[in-house]
Amino acid sequence: MSLRRPSKNQPEKFEFNSQSLEAANNIISKYPEGKQQSAVMALLYIAQRQNNNWIPLAAMKYIAKFLKMPYIKVYEVATFYTMYNLSPVGKHFIQICTTTPCMIRGANKLVEACKEKISKNECELSNDESCSWMEVECLGACVNAPMMQINDEYYEDLDKDKTLKILEKILNGETPKPGSYRGRLNNEPENNRKTLLDFKNA
Amino acid sequence: MLKLKVNDIEVEVEEGLTVLQACEKAGIEIPRFCYHEKLSIAGNCRMCLVEMEKSPKPIASCAMPAAEGMNIKTNTEFVEKARKGVMEFLLANHPLDCPVCDQGGECDLQDQSMYYGVDKSRFKENKRMVPEKNMGPLIKTQMTRCIHCTRCVRFATEVAGVPELGAIGRGEDMQITTYLEQSMQSELSANVVDLCPVGALTSKPYVFEARPWELKKTETIDVMDAIGSNVRVDTYDWEVKRVLPIINEDINEEWISDKTRYACDGLLHQRLDTPFIKYNKKFEKASWAEVFKIIKSKFENTSKEKICGFIGDLNNMETGYVFKEFFDRTLNIKNYETRSDNRYVDVSQRKNYIFNSSINGIDESDLIFLVGCNPRYEATILNARIRKAYLNNNTKIVSLNEAGDLTYPYKNLDGQSQTLKDIFENNHELSKDIINSKKPMIIIGESFFRLNSSKFLFSKINEFLKKNNKFLDEWKPINILSCDASAVGNFDIGLINNEKNLLSELKEHKFEIIYLLGQDNLNFNKENEFIIYQGSHGDNGAEIADIILPGSAYTEQDGYFTNLEGKVQKAYKASYPPGEAKEDWQIINEIAEYMNNRKLFNDKDELESSMFNYLKLKQDKEKEIQEFYDHNFLEFQNEKLFLDIKPYFFSNVIARSSKTMIECNNSKLNFKSTGTEG
Repeated sequence: MSLRRPSKNQPEKFEFNSQSLEAANNIISKYPEGKQQSAVMALLYIAQRQNNNWIPLAAMKYIAKFLKMPYIKVYEVATFYTMYNLSPVGKHFIQICTTTPCMIRGANKLVEACKEKISKNECELSNDESCSWMEVECLGACVNAPMMQINDEYYEDLDKDKTLKILEKILNGETPKPGSYRGRLNNEPENNRKTLLDFKNA
Repeated sequence: MLKLKVNDIEVEVEEGLTVLQACEKAGIEIPRFCYHEKLSIAGNCRMCLVEMEKSPKPIASCAMPAAEGMNIKTNTEFVEKARKGVMEFLLANHPLDCPVCDQGGECDLQDQSMYYGVDKSRFKENKRMVPEKNMGPLIKTQMTRCIHCTRCVRFATEVAGVPELGAIGRGEDMQITTYLEQSMQSELSANVVDLCPVGALTSKPYVFEARPWELKKTETIDVMDAIGSNVRVDTYDWEVKRVLPIINEDINEEWISDKTRYACDGLLHQRLDTPFIKYNKKFEKASWAEVFKIIKSKFENTSKEKICGFIGDLNNMETGYVFKEFFDRTLNIKNYETRSDNRYVDVSQRKNYIFNSSINGIDESDLIFLVGCNPRYEATILNARIRKAYLNNNTKIVSLNEAGDLTYPYKNLDGQSQTLKDIFENNHELSKDIINSKKPMIIIGESFFRLNSSKFLFSKINEFLKKNNKFLDEWKPINILSCDASAVGNFDIGLINNEKNLLSELKEHKFEIIYLLGQDNLNFNKENEFIIYQGSHGDNGAEIADIILPGSAYTEQDGYFTNLEGKVQKAYKASYPPGEAKEDWQIINEIAEYMNNRKLFNDKDELESSMFNYLKLKQDKEKEIQEFYDHNFLEFQNEKLFLDIKPYFFSNVIARSSKTMIECNNSKLNFKSTGTEG
């Protein structure tokens, strides 16, 4: 993990759209009067969602003004947490888990697929600038290893071919079906479950 | 009170103190980097680890509140090992460049690694490199040396009130940075140099100038503003290399303003080092005997009513006293004046021109009303105190004028003198606040006394506060904010002429001989007057002079200064006057001797005792004065109060001669360069 620097290409202005504004006000209202600054992390996340998965400096300034706190404090928070992206990552942000369980199950093949399809290096935009990929730490879906996350969806039980197909679809602007790619429901055992058969919704 | 044991020594501490403070009370030194008494507790350097009974891990003593019955050990093997470990981590990324580091010799990390560290490193990897930051003309950064104590960040946010510094990134990649890439917008910014325990933030003007052990250190008083900050002047031979703060809880705590710290290079430039005489509009070097001869003949051939003297803003009290004595006894005329503007001052009582509730009083006050002053630029340290009061007590602050960013929020009124009259005639919402306030503070700046109806309003303020019983034995609500170091001292000595308006007479060219003692701020067109200028720097005063007598600056002579609260403090001689220049009191004494064959004072001791005797007599006489407020005969007119503040970085001759101050001015105020300055 290295120091993540803000992108050199920064938009000049940032403002919450009506949807984000509603979400932001909703979060701020949860904090007592005078403690609104506590909402800074949630607001940064809202800004990230609104702005194609990354936070420009203009958004930090906007949030600082929004919460009446010094800009440097917002900047500190945004640079501290690795899940805030400070440079453009594309509309489709692909995160591949490479922590031990996924690695053992062949996460490196997924990385190879990304290198072939999207870009040579991680955190680098694809040719059409619509997506980028990144190796991340455990995403908590070890039962379905190896897996990757694209924006909010998990794609599980992958191998290189399946990954290539998903990426193909993404690059073509389609939305592939999330979930397991070995035909099981969530993380149930393959070929139906063997225990707790009495329960319908176990 | 809590009782606890530190290394089997029993100590009692107040509730709310930390283990570290308890250890200090027991006389045990705890190494630390991030902890600082005047800043909030961060607890991130881990150097202050101690062993606590029943705790399996060592505790950070700076962040742990002391509790009843604690048993702290600081001298066990366990603690020693913990400290060694912490030190090893701190040094993992710290470069070993002490020989070329300006902090060397006064570096906390250097000292503490000698005591608590190990002598070799197990860190075989590459060290981290951090790019340097641009923090303006005063602070040099070498961020690779930073150990992330965050003292500078906390200072900027808490004391200076400019949240511009921050720590970005995390872990090994953490960096202290300012997003601005320019100097901090604060007049206290250079204090981070003192706070930095390593050489990450060092002083830019002092870079590679000297090692601390080569310097002669003199504890003295600052003259850049009327606060009288306690400073240490470090000299290398004649040169003043730097000025550092020393702790005085009643005045400057631990801070000094940037002007105090960095105007000292002005002591090296533009100095007057020999007497000069002007022939045909050109200055020529002369000897003391020559100039004394001319002065004598001039004084003897001029009627005494045609002689006047103006004394400046940086002189010490001895100089002021000997100047007065010279006029009173040798010339026998009372034409002397210390003010350089037509402001109203009532010197009959001391409380009319000093900061009565004292600087410490700011902490106790519950309402601060600023009338015609901008403490941020007129008294930077005092402004930091007001900010502290605002942070700790949420003190209500109101200003009559819009004064810009004062680093704390305040309510500003319209700046009309009518509003002021309303307030002190109980016709304004603020009147009630003042009446209800237990310890109100009215801080009155010099701009107020330039109002035409200032006499009327000042008397009104006094009357209103008296009527509402705000004058208590321990609390005097009226505070005058003087701007110049010598202002209160000169008023005490009585270097003021309220009978005649010397300034307007000067502008009407009524005088033939004008004696300027360090007075460079007079605005007048010279005609046929004969001007004697005595001072340390070649500035406005010397330019128009016919005779120049080279005097000494504040670091070159012993002398007393009275600060704005009326505290008398002695400044000590750190260096000596350049060339043939002499101490100021000596020059006047010698002129007197030349004229009358008799010295005014035989030596400095006699001068001092005579001066203190005079001040004591004056104070005794003051007690007999009956106060009355009758302002029916005074006129009132509605006018706008203008905040007339000297340019901060050029407020006196020393600052005007300083290159660092020019750089500061250019960088801080976004001054547009014209290519003709400097």
